[in-house]
Amino acid sequence: MIRFFERLQSIDRRVVFLFVAICVVLPFLFPFRLPVAVGRSTRGLFDEIEGLPEGSIVMLAGDYSPDGMPELQPMTLAVYRHCFSRNLRVISVCLWPEGPPLVEAAHQQVAAEYGKEYGVDYVNLGYTTGGPNAMVEMGTSIPGLFPRDFYLTPVEELPLMRKISNFADIAFLVSISAGTPGTREWVQQVQSRFDVPMGAGVTAVSAPNFYPYMESGQLLGLLGGMAGAAEYEILIEQPGTAARGMDAQSAVHLLIILFVVLGNISYLLSRRRESEA
Amino acid sequence: MSVHSSISIIVMLIASLAAGIDIGGSAAGAPLQPGEEPLGESAFLEAFIATRPPGPATSVVAHDVPGDGGRQIAISWTRSRDDGAGDDDVVGYDILRSTQPGRGYLLIDEVPPGVESYVDTTATDGTTYYYIVRAKDDMQTVDSEPSGPAASRANWFRTRRLNMFIILVLFFSFVLTYIAQARRGKELFVRRIPGLTAVEEAIGRATEMGKPVLYVPGIGEIDNIMTVASLSILTHVAKITARYESPLLVPTARAVVMSAAEEVVKEAYLSVGKPDAYNPDNIRYLSDAQFAFAAAVNGIMLRERPAANLYMGAFWAESLLLAETGFEAGAIQVAGTAMVSQLPFFITACDYTLIGEELYAASAYLSREPKLLGSLKGSDLGKAFVMVAIIVGVIMETAVAFGVAPLTAIADIFRNFFYVAGQ
Amino acid sequence: MRREIPLIITFVAGFVQLVDFFVPHPLVANAASELRQWSVIVIAASIVLGIGNLLRIHLFERIPRRTAGWPYSIVLLAGMFAMMITGLVWGVGEGTPFNYLFRHLKVHLDMTMFALLAFFIASAAYRAFRVRNWEATLLLLAAVIVMLGRVPLGSLLTRGLPTALQLPVVTEWIMNVPNMIGFRGIMMGAAMGVMAMGLRIILGIERAYLGGE
Repeated sequence: MIRFFERLQSIDRRVVFLFVAICVVLPFLFPFRLPVAVGRSTRGLFDEIEGLPEGSIVMLAGDYSPDGMPELQPMTLAVYRHCFSRNLRVISVCLWPEGPPLVEAAHQQVAAEYGKEYGVDYVNLGYTTGGPNAMVEMGTSIPGLFPRDFYLTPVEELPLMRKISNFADIAFLVSISAGTPGTREWVQQVQSRFDVPMGAGVTAVSAPNFYPYMESGQLLGLLGGMAGAAEYEILIEQPGTAARGMDAQSAVHLLIILFVVLGNISYLLSRRRESEA
Repeated sequence: MSVHSSISIIVMLIASLAAGIDIGGSAAGAPLQPGEEPLGESAFLEAFIATRPPGPATSVVAHDVPGDGGRQIAISWTRSRDDGAGDDDVVGYDILRSTQPGRGYLLIDEVPPGVESYVDTTATDGTTYYYIVRAKDDMQTVDSEPSGPAASRANWFRTRRLNMFIILVLFFSFVLTYIAQARRGKELFVRRIPGLTAVEEAIGRATEMGKPVLYVPGIGEIDNIMTVASLSILTHVAKITARYESPLLVPTARAVVMSAAEEVVKEAYLSVGKPDAYNPDNIRYLSDAQFAFAAAVNGIMLRERPAANLYMGAFWAESLLLAETGFEAGAIQVAGTAMVSQLPFFITACDYTLIGEELYAASAYLSREPKLLGSLKGSDLGKAFVMVAIIVGVIMETAVAFGVAPLTAIADIFRNFFYVAGQ
Repeated sequence: MRREIPLIITFVAGFVQLVDFFVPHPLVANAASELRQWSVIVIAASIVLGIGNLLRIHLFERIPRRTAGWPYSIVLLAGMFAMMITGLVWGVGEGTPFNYLFRHLKVHLDMTMFALLAFFIASAAYRAFRVRNWEATLLLLAAVIVMLGRVPLGSLLTRGLPTALQLPVVTEWIMNVPNMIGFRGIMMGAAMGVMAMGLRIILGIERAYLGGE
């Protein structure tokens, strides 16, 4: 037994990897559906969107690439579903080159569910370079920065875009972001400059970065990683991939804790042996 | 029944006759269709409310938006008595604008019920406008009295940002004062930053082992100030590797950063008199895509086996992917970033980590140039200012919360001073 | 002169953006907006530099010289040109070959790389969280609470306890109080660093990033 624990000190990390893989895969095959409790910051975003008057225009900034999809795509889908179910109109922008096709896929999926029409109920403006500079520029003119949409249609041909000149026409901004330019820049350059009410969805790794903005009221709601996405799915009563992923996440967290405990037992044992020797 | 409502009934009757609405029974209008109920009492009341015109919006005031870039006029009004009260049937307001009082009003926008203000962003500076707010219910509209004349103009200062301007001027003067002092030759003390001492040791060890040094300037664009700080550190690192003649690998995720890094490294090799040791193939652009970049850098670590990995700049989720691989490969690792959420990963997997502002201080620390050291001292004073402000603020807010009334006014001023305003 | 011109450009561009923050007048706003559009274009155009670098190193160095792992260079260039050509010829919208490659190749490769993080975090955590001293023990305890509190399992485990002791609540407290205090401190310090650095750059005091001294 003691030898087993001692060996743990120098365990090959691939053994750890194997266990992690098992803990991720098994719950997907045999879900045990733990109930999801909704946190305050998730509810904040939900309440804000819930409180917008019908017809308001929501801007969604999809600043992520495929790697962020498992965590962030469910958020984009859930936010679109929520907006469309409440008859809000959505325009999407991306400051990451890989963002537009991901946002478009979500758009199309959800628009079909709710019978929404492109150009009237939602618009995908596609990608622009320039990061924070582009954000500030949208404060001057959104059509100026995006003369054409994702499909290269001139924006003046889209009925929804005729109503939009700059952030004054945006009722709420949701930044779904995996890095930079992303939520931090939207808060610094847009929320605080143009007073646009704003919420965000970010990867779990970066979520701690944004709690201070949540606490200062600069972010009115925050979805952190897959857990945040799952909570939002529960709130709009449409559990999706994120809610399904929560079992796997529970299992892996438990596994890591187990490994940490085992690692510590072996560490303490080896230390005792050293002090005896 | 009050006089007001009896008059209203008469008005309603006239209005409904005019509108051709059948109120009760089928005698006066078209015959009832099969299945159609004659209007009962409640329907009567509904028709009555629907046909009574809404109360007008009152006290319409228009004025130039202060401290803006022009073209904006703010309009405010008191909502109709039937908006949220009274008959509660107002469906919104139309905003009309004219350049002459009394005529030529054109619709510029509409707003939902409950709203009592609007900003016209399409005004021409210097032109005088008059506004009317038109209350609407389902059937009728009522115009307000026109507003007084208003004209927009462009301003030279955003008054709402005065507080930030004061703080900025204060901060800049701290920095500039200390820079001036340093220039005059005043000796300034800077505490030791262990991470930076470690950089030199790491490069030294790589040289002893005859292995390259890997310098990752983060994946931020050149407009990210962490990237600029990183390039400054790269200058010093490149000088050391040039002296030791160890290869220096600089993979980048942004093309502009790559060309800046080329320039920095080339100049550094030149400045220590080793231009021939500079190898342009070691400064590489890999990919803008975050994880493609991470995969490529991991590949470099495993193939070329650098003995010292330096990660300085803006990092996101790739931080641990890089640092864990480097750890497994057995390199000495020093990281530096102001990305707070990545710090735990770097601290776990690296030997030393520059935390937050240490990254920005590094170029001053490494170059020992008095002007840069002066600016460090200046920002320290700025930090002291913030610390005092926080402590004073906390004390005042606490006192107010415990009911020390005389402080309320001062606390309000203090709080407003630190309020960050938008446009 | 080679040093002065970039410094002058830096000063003008930086100063205009700074003034733009405080002066709303169209004269300044338009100039600042113009400069921002330039930067958007310059950064977009710089991708040419990146492609040039890739071609130089892989097409003209690695492949002809057969350096170690040179076949990967072919894969790299093939991938780059495949995306470039399909995108230029058929566009990038829904249903195009570019979109097909993107969705079925790039998406999965990227996700795989990101997913590796879960494994790396597990091994790093296993190594890092040791009860070496009481601070490390405290860190370990906090980590365990947050890890459990963030997933449904945590609320399930402590369901019967009073609200203040339930794991999600304790987690929220750890994140919003002790964690945020540290974060804010580092953020504010870093913000000061950014301001000082920005001033040094605009005034041309910090010039190491341009190369040389």
